[in-house]
Amino acid sequence: MINKVVPSAVAAVSDISDGSTLMLGGFGLCGIPENCINALVHKNVKNLTCISNNAGVDDFGIGLMLHKKQVRKMIASYVGENAEFERQLLSGELEVELIPQGTLATRCMAAGYGMPAIFTPAGIGTEVADGKEIRNFNGKDYLMELAFEADFAIVKAWKGDTAGNLVFRATSRNFNPVMAMAGKITIAEVEELVEPGQLDPDHIHTPGIYVHRIFQGSAYEKRIEQRTVRQKTSS
Amino acid sequence: MLTKEQIAQRIAKEIQDGYYVNLGIGIPTLVANYIPEEVHVVLQSENGLLGMGPFPFEGDEDPDLINAGKQTITTLPGSSIFDSAMSFGMIRAQKVDLTILGAMEVSENGDIANWKIPGKMVKGMGGAMDLVASAKNIIVAMQHVNKAGESKLLPECTLPLTGVRCIRKVVTELAVLDILPEGGFLLLERAPDVSVDYIRQATRGRLTIPGHVPTMALT
Repeated sequence: MINKVVPSAVAAVSDISDGSTLMLGGFGLCGIPENCINALVHKNVKNLTCISNNAGVDDFGIGLMLHKKQVRKMIASYVGENAEFERQLLSGELEVELIPQGTLATRCMAAGYGMPAIFTPAGIGTEVADGKEIRNFNGKDYLMELAFEADFAIVKAWKGDTAGNLVFRATSRNFNPVMAMAGKITIAEVEELVEPGQLDPDHIHTPGIYVHRIFQGSAYEKRIEQRTVRQKTSS
Repeated sequence: MLTKEQIAQRIAKEIQDGYYVNLGIGIPTLVANYIPEEVHVVLQSENGLLGMGPFPFEGDEDPDLINAGKQTITTLPGSSIFDSAMSFGMIRAQKVDLTILGAMEVSENGDIANWKIPGKMVKGMGGAMDLVASAKNIIVAMQHVNKAGESKLLPECTLPLTGVRCIRKVVTELAVLDILPEGGFLLLERAPDVSVDYIRQATRGRLTIPGHVPTMALT
């Protein structure tokens, strides 16, 4: 088996340079690559383009990179919950491209499947369609959207083996598998790193061929954005 | 006039046994509370879950298990988890039977605006544009008029659009309305204690009023 293990988050991101385009997995703060984000903040790499569904909150996730003004352009579907983001956007320090969530996911998927473009009805008749090619199939209009090109995809999985095979847990899966497929270099951080053979091949979500570097992360905070509960007394 | 809970309660009556349903944030989320036990539905959360269960009991919150509103939730027996591309794949392929979402404005030809107000911080469309572009049946839960008393059911939307010619039914604090295939709102039901005349004045889009407009039944 090919061994993809790197010793640490710092080693995993060591060659990410200023001006790189990064994909970062996660939905809200769920399933984000916490260790790699911290390493990128420490490395203080600048002028990044980040493709991620959201932009974190002020003091966690991508918000940490925004705080240090490391992000030049954010490509996302929803960017609420972040005051520093809003400030940089209004001051012109930060460029933002908002795209429909399904389009975002499918442009990642297309890259991982080796397809240059997709056709989606999302955004037809709206400003999202401005300047884009429209094709009609079976009487319905579709927008042509291009596969993403990312220098690095950075994802978080639950378990992984040294060959780079990944298993995700619950809804922390979200964008992680499609982004893992889409990076020129894909970095995976996992909660538990195991030897080949310890994961059932039938249960692998992301085959190791898509993963170039893997390491076991530590000290996961897994912050909850909206803690909602019901009382034990109610039905 | 209906409360938000009552709007949700009325929409719940549109859900049929065997439906896969996507509920948006806000009033649509409340709809889940009013689905009768004998009506079996599967709730889709577009961050990658079919079979969304209720909020967890205190102490059982799992940070890896949230809905599209980023709230902690639970799974149910028979739930399944998938990635974001597959989630929108099943939406695009019209496997989801019913989508319920909120709106700032709806036009008489079924256009919807619910993501952007010029001059205000834009947070993004999330999955709304994908949902409205593909869903085979969309019900909008919204306020009939804004805080200034101006109609939000219009001849044409004034805000940037989320999708075009996609809305089929609207439930507001005043009324239940269909949007006709040829355009125009059709008044189906009125809220208790709300007159047809009041609804006519609160609706700027073209409104067809049948001879008899029954009062909404909520249960």
